[in-house]
Amino acid sequence: MRQMSAAFLILAIVTMIAACAAMTLRGLVHCALALAVAFAGIGTLYLSLGAQFLGLAQLLVYVGAIAVLIVFVILLTRGGDGDASPLIPTGLPITGIVVATTILALLAWAVFHSFAMHSLGPPATPATVRELGTVLMAEYVLPLEVIGLMLTAALIGAVVVAMKEKQDTQ
Amino acid sequence: MLDQVFVLLKHWLLGYSPAAIQPEVSILLTILPILLVFPVLFALTTVLERKGLGRIQNRYGPNRVGFYGILQPMADALKSLTKEDIVPASADRAVHFLAPLVLLAVAFLPYAVLPIGRNMIAANLDAGVLFFFAIGAISELSVFMAGWSSRNKYSLLGAMRAVAQMISYEVPLLLSSIAVIMAAGSLNTVEIVNKQAGFSGIFPHWYVLTPWGFAGFVLFMIAATAETNRSPFDLPEGESEIIAGYYLEYSGFKFALFFLGEYLGMFAISGLGITLFLGGWGAPLPFLTWVPSWIWFFAKLLGLIIGFIWVRGTLPRLRMDQLMNFAWKFMLPMALVVVVSAGAWRFLPQGVTRWLVSTLLLAVAYALLARGVETRNKIAKRTYRFAE
Amino acid sequence: MLGLGIIKGLVETARNFLGSFVDKKRLVTVQFPEERLPVAEAARNFPFLIYDGVDPEQGLRCVACQICEKECPPRCITIEKSKDKKPDFVGKQQFYPAVFDIDVSVCMSCQICVEVCPFDAIRMDNEFELSTTDRFGGLLWTKEKLARPNEYYEAIHPTEAAEVEARRAEEKAQAEAKKQPSAVTQ
Repeated sequence: MRQMSAAFLILAIVTMIAACAAMTLRGLVHCALALAVAFAGIGTLYLSLGAQFLGLAQLLVYVGAIAVLIVFVILLTRGGDGDASPLIPTGLPITGIVVATTILALLAWAVFHSFAMHSLGPPATPATVRELGTVLMAEYVLPLEVIGLMLTAALIGAVVVAMKEKQDTQ
Repeated sequence: MLDQVFVLLKHWLLGYSPAAIQPEVSILLTILPILLVFPVLFALTTVLERKGLGRIQNRYGPNRVGFYGILQPMADALKSLTKEDIVPASADRAVHFLAPLVLLAVAFLPYAVLPIGRNMIAANLDAGVLFFFAIGAISELSVFMAGWSSRNKYSLLGAMRAVAQMISYEVPLLLSSIAVIMAAGSLNTVEIVNKQAGFSGIFPHWYVLTPWGFAGFVLFMIAATAETNRSPFDLPEGESEIIAGYYLEYSGFKFALFFLGEYLGMFAISGLGITLFLGGWGAPLPFLTWVPSWIWFFAKLLGLIIGFIWVRGTLPRLRMDQLMNFAWKFMLPMALVVVVSAGAWRFLPQGVTRWLVSTLLLAVAYALLARGVETRNKIAKRTYRFAE
Repeated sequence: MLGLGIIKGLVETARNFLGSFVDKKRLVTVQFPEERLPVAEAARNFPFLIYDGVDPEQGLRCVACQICEKECPPRCITIEKSKDKKPDFVGKQQFYPAVFDIDVSVCMSCQICVEVCPFDAIRMDNEFELSTTDRFGGLLWTKEKLARPNEYYEAIHPTEAAEVEARRAEEKAQAEAKKQPSAVTQ
């Protein structure tokens, strides 16, 4: 096993604590903010691995937009009013433990038996923005356009749904 | 020699530290100037702003403390430190406490990628501009935290408006910087500055002196004013509408920290504007290159700050729907046209054609969009009915 | 064209800013404790009592008729008549106030006491730098503090004082004229 640097250790611990907090905290907005911290932790983990564009895009998109979106959704729907305690299960959550253990086992098997753990392959060329851009525009231009169209459709759909609600209330 | 005085100072001090901790000392010596200079600039800006606004409004600014009022920030700091720190009883104490801290941390980070002088950049990231925008996006979360934790409907309203405004204006901000990134071919701030370093005759190669660069700069500055919640886009902190908006329930030092965070954000985004459009630390005229590079950076920063203060003293506050209309219906299409115009500039050969094509694209788009933004409803001439 | 209004506004503001360094009209602030604006002649703040001559006790015009005390809306004037009399400016024997107090924290500067006084004894002063640290005694002004000479009145309100002087001279002349025939006939 490679040695884990102090930076990685700290970041990993922070991310895990934030993720656990996002599950267990009582106030919904607190959970959303803890989730934002978890996203930021993952972003910094990407940065520590040298993936500059990916890490910064994670920070920009997840923390800057998606966390804000989640928080807005919580506020505008119901959960903004105080710490309504979520449903507390009585007794051990058996199903939860079984599912979690299964997934953990699967992931651990996949990681430990993958070739990355057994052979240090040739060092990957650092994915600079220039290379990413070239690849996106040359090889993967069709998926890029399709994603663009899909996002536009989603945007227009959101506007249409919002407008329809306004007409309903009129 | 004067140009590199700070770099040489840092290397000299580094020579005195033991070799084992040299990386850490180097980091410390790089960060310390940023932590010292920009808050001092903040203090100076508060005085400048109050005196400048005062003169615009036919009055003196503060002139009792110190020579022409220059020590006013000391008085302000003392006042905010000794004020009682009131936290509302039903407020969320943890989030309430963390919000100014998060804002401050996020406000200091972007300075790491701004080239303040030749060889004077704290972290020469390859994706520097992207880093800047990523950190800027995080600051919206802290605004929201501040507004929500106070358990006050008005501050929550202010926070939501502020976040909506910041998100809407991020799009033209990013699009106008994409035009520059396209022209420079790199996200690295040092490279962008280096690309603008030449002179053709008497004119520097700054991007602001090209048609798309000028339009992009104007859009960038308008979006920057909106991003940092400054007048005329300061509805979320409107002093006469919802008193102070999302930092309503903060008193004493935390309020001062919010203020500091807001102004630091203003400096950072002006710094980015200078780097992208105004040629960073480059001199404006070829015979002025003997002036140290960091002096040019701060001179341009001061110019932009004066511009901010000037606009604040002139324009009335925009209403929320006017603000959003302006962002989505005018600035976003205009920013897209700026990107197209920059592309046309890059691919046409040098000469009159590319000036003409670029300017024409921008002018046509501006004329068409402007007609859309102006108020549609023709106000009828007022008629009076008098009693018989 | 969009944006032209903004540019015109910016030019106007710049003109204001730069003009404030050269033009007095663009910087109308008066630096208060060092410079003061001239006070208008009809400015008024709190009342004072007028005395003629040099002795505040002897020359006090007030005859303790108590009309101002009754007319004062917030009732800030307190008057106690004296037991003996003294002559006024035409020679008639009149009472005088033994106690004349005005509670300045109550007075609302309405000038009704001035309007109703038949003897031109109480007039409005225009001094406004009157703050004191004594909340109770310092704001209850007695006769000694309120009495000011007629010269002071002429200095602060010249036209009013001239009119009052003319009227009083006429009354004095009429009183002298009334006394004369009795002296002649005697």
